[in-house]
Amino acid sequence: MSEPMITLTGIDKFYGDFQALYDVNAIIEAGEFFSLLGPSGCGKTTLLRTIAGFEDVSKGDVLIDGNNMAGVPANKRPTNMVFQSYAIFPHLTVAENVAYGLKARGLSKADIGPQVDAALEQVGLTGFGDRASHALSGGQRQRVALARALVMKPKVLLLDEPLSALDKKLREQMQSELRALQREVGITFVLVTHDQEEALTMSDRIAVMFDGRIAQLDDPQTLYRRPVNRQVADFIGIMNFLDVDVKEGTGHSFELNIAGLGQVEIPSEQAPGGRGSVVGIRPEMLTVLTDGQSSEREATGEIKEQSYFGDMTYYDIKLDGVDTVVDISMRNSAGMPQLDVGDTVRVGWSSESVVLLK
Amino acid sequence: MSWRRSEAAQGLLLVSPTFIYALLLLAAPVGMVVALSFWTQDYLTLDRTFTLANYREAWGEDIYQVLMFRSLKLSMFVTAVTVLFAFPVAYYISFYVEPRKKPMWVFLITIPFWTSYLMRIFLWKVILGYNGVINGSLLQLGVIEVPLNWILYNQNAVVLTLAHAWIPFAILPIFVALEKIDRSFLEAAEDLGEGPVRRFMNVTLPLAMPGVIAATIIVFIPTIGDYVTPRLVGGPNGLMISNMIELQFKKANNAPLGAALALSAMFLVTMVALIFVFLNRKYLRTRQ
Amino acid sequence: MKRAPLIYTALIALFMLFLYAPAILLPVFAFNSSATIAFPLKEFSTEWFVMLWQTETLHGAARNSLMIAVTTAVLSTLLGILAARASARYSWPGQRPMMGFIMLPMVLPEIIVGVSLLVVILQLGFDLSLWSIVLGHVLMCTPFCIAILSSAFMNMDQSLEEASFDLGETRFRTFWKVTVPLVMPGIISSLLISFTISLDEFIIAFFLAGTEPTLPVYIWGQLRFPQRLPSLMALGTILLVLSLVLLGIAEYFRRKGAARTGQTDAGGLI
Repeated sequence: MSEPMITLTGIDKFYGDFQALYDVNAIIEAGEFFSLLGPSGCGKTTLLRTIAGFEDVSKGDVLIDGNNMAGVPANKRPTNMVFQSYAIFPHLTVAENVAYGLKARGLSKADIGPQVDAALEQVGLTGFGDRASHALSGGQRQRVALARALVMKPKVLLLDEPLSALDKKLREQMQSELRALQREVGITFVLVTHDQEEALTMSDRIAVMFDGRIAQLDDPQTLYRRPVNRQVADFIGIMNFLDVDVKEGTGHSFELNIAGLGQVEIPSEQAPGGRGSVVGIRPEMLTVLTDGQSSEREATGEIKEQSYFGDMTYYDIKLDGVDTVVDISMRNSAGMPQLDVGDTVRVGWSSESVVLLK
Repeated sequence: MSWRRSEAAQGLLLVSPTFIYALLLLAAPVGMVVALSFWTQDYLTLDRTFTLANYREAWGEDIYQVLMFRSLKLSMFVTAVTVLFAFPVAYYISFYVEPRKKPMWVFLITIPFWTSYLMRIFLWKVILGYNGVINGSLLQLGVIEVPLNWILYNQNAVVLTLAHAWIPFAILPIFVALEKIDRSFLEAAEDLGEGPVRRFMNVTLPLAMPGVIAATIIVFIPTIGDYVTPRLVGGPNGLMISNMIELQFKKANNAPLGAALALSAMFLVTMVALIFVFLNRKYLRTRQ
Repeated sequence: MKRAPLIYTALIALFMLFLYAPAILLPVFAFNSSATIAFPLKEFSTEWFVMLWQTETLHGAARNSLMIAVTTAVLSTLLGILAARASARYSWPGQRPMMGFIMLPMVLPEIIVGVSLLVVILQLGFDLSLWSIVLGHVLMCTPFCIAILSSAFMNMDQSLEEASFDLGETRFRTFWKVTVPLVMPGIISSLLISFTISLDEFIIAFFLAGTEPTLPVYIWGQLRFPQRLPSLMALGTILLVLSLVLLGIAEYFRRKGAARTGQTDAGGLI
């Protein structure tokens, strides 16, 4: 990654007495696919709209490509937006929609035509130019909105929950298309989404937001494996939380006594939020051990529930000695023995799969 | 300068021409009428000393008392008749007309309202008159031998004509309120074993009450101001307070008394309307 | 959907007859050759329409009414656009009482509007003219325009304007290129409705008319003369047809607007 494209420093945003953003700091790099992820009402859309210029910041600075955007209205910013509702102009044809911004720029008809055609080709809508826009399907509207923004060759493309109105299958197809498109055009994409899977599959980096603050800003792998606190860990994927006694170890490490799993020493990298009070471990990092299998570390427990999902089986296992029930997900393979509710099993885990959380 | 800056200021700026227009042409003139009602006029000269004489006359003289009382009575009667007839019509459209055809029905209900106002009233005179449509038909059918003379030039004729003029305005709010009722409420009531009458009284009517109240207000208040209907179909005993107001302002040239009468009528009507809304406040609270 | 009991449907039919009775009788008498407005009818005739054509005073009144109605329609729609846009798009302290006050003429007895304007105009020493009627009609029609235009503005997706702004248009040009075309059906039906209301309004016009009458004021004056009645029926018929055509157009545009902003249509004109 190279130059910073967007620099956000110390951004506060108030609506009357309500504070929507608290001291937001982030650097989004040029050519990056960046996502703002969080539950509804966390301020992610507000943050996107401050970048677009639809909202003023109450405090702090928005820099785009090195230029401070204070006082620059949305129509003068080098950003373009794909709206959640797509905001396709219903009184214009597809081509007129795509040409809208170029016309506003004062380009001649001769210049506009080829650019519009190219943009429509880019999003797979060649030949749709003369269609009335209100006759389009949801997926087609989405593509028109993309073409209309991309034809402007913005430095940053802002996408506000662009896939939330589509059904599951189309959404998954559009995710990979969007990602491919971003690589092809090399423009910085900033995506707002509440869907953690969508953010993980598409993004180079993700800012997870809660209550107007960025809780963690990392690449998808780090975010999944090393969440900084319980809230982030809970929002992204499934996480088992276990009580723990923590002792400061020698050097950069912690000595943990995890309820139901036992003693372990971990390096401070596995405590990204510092000295926490709970341990997280992902369901797929736990294994139900069969006879003859062994693991770095082992515990025992009783199967309380099991659900069969074809390729996977999910177990709820109560660990011996504590009340904690953990989720374990296992890929089904040929050698798996038949297990029943009530069976006592050995549970395998490794020291590097636990993370200490605030 | 951003898209949303000083949203309140922009809204205010935008609405101000319309608001100022209403202030200048409604609030200021009404204020002037209030002032005028405390003055006196002798032919063309206006005496600007404060006096309650006009109100004393408006509230004290028999003729004004009779007219005021009759106007209130007639307006209430018109309102009651209108709303009572409007409800079943609104109910029919809401519950028995195919959803696709509802807009057309609403349109049909409003069309007669756009017939020339004066012609509409006049035609009631033709329908109800001594040689009118009703008497003609009844004579032809042999139901009566002498034309009925009690159907025109009296208060009944005024009520009928006004009810006809205002019924679209009563149907629409009731229809809207009925449309808003979630049909699953009614199904739930039926499921719980309530019969049609109890279901109507316990579920439909209370939920439709906001529309009924709106209809009542919409009909009641403006009705008091109509001076054309009483004049054309009311006969001598069908005249209302607005005829007197018109008379004072036009022929009698006593605008201050006219102003006092108009304001008194407005005051009475508003009071009655407020009492009505107050008595029904429980229906309004649940929906807000 | 259940079927209505037959007796209920029959009563509704009877009600519709009552509702339409004057509107049906109007053309019946207009095309009846008899000089008295009564049954039985004589033969079909268009003489009353011919008579209208020859009545000079009527033409003057018609011109006045047209002038007033057109001016009223334009002014009240303009005022309506401003207020409807403001209330649909912005919020400000005191919004509800302010909008309530603007909408007040909708429920106020027209005689109050007429009387108070009369008092002001005379007290300020102005003469009554066609303009005083325009002032009153604009006051009365604006709430109707706002009611129509508000739904047009509110049904428009706000991000459409943002999208235009985002694509580099100025706010002013956004208004003309996006907002106005999308609310145009609402504007047209607002123009037509206020035109129709003004054309037919009598109570205010009667108070504020100076020496020049409007069409309803003229009709009022003629109602006293029995020999004029048949031609008034003809005039009423023409006005009814005109109103219906205009309202039909207004309704068409209103629905077209509803369809274009992509929602299902439920309400009527008011």
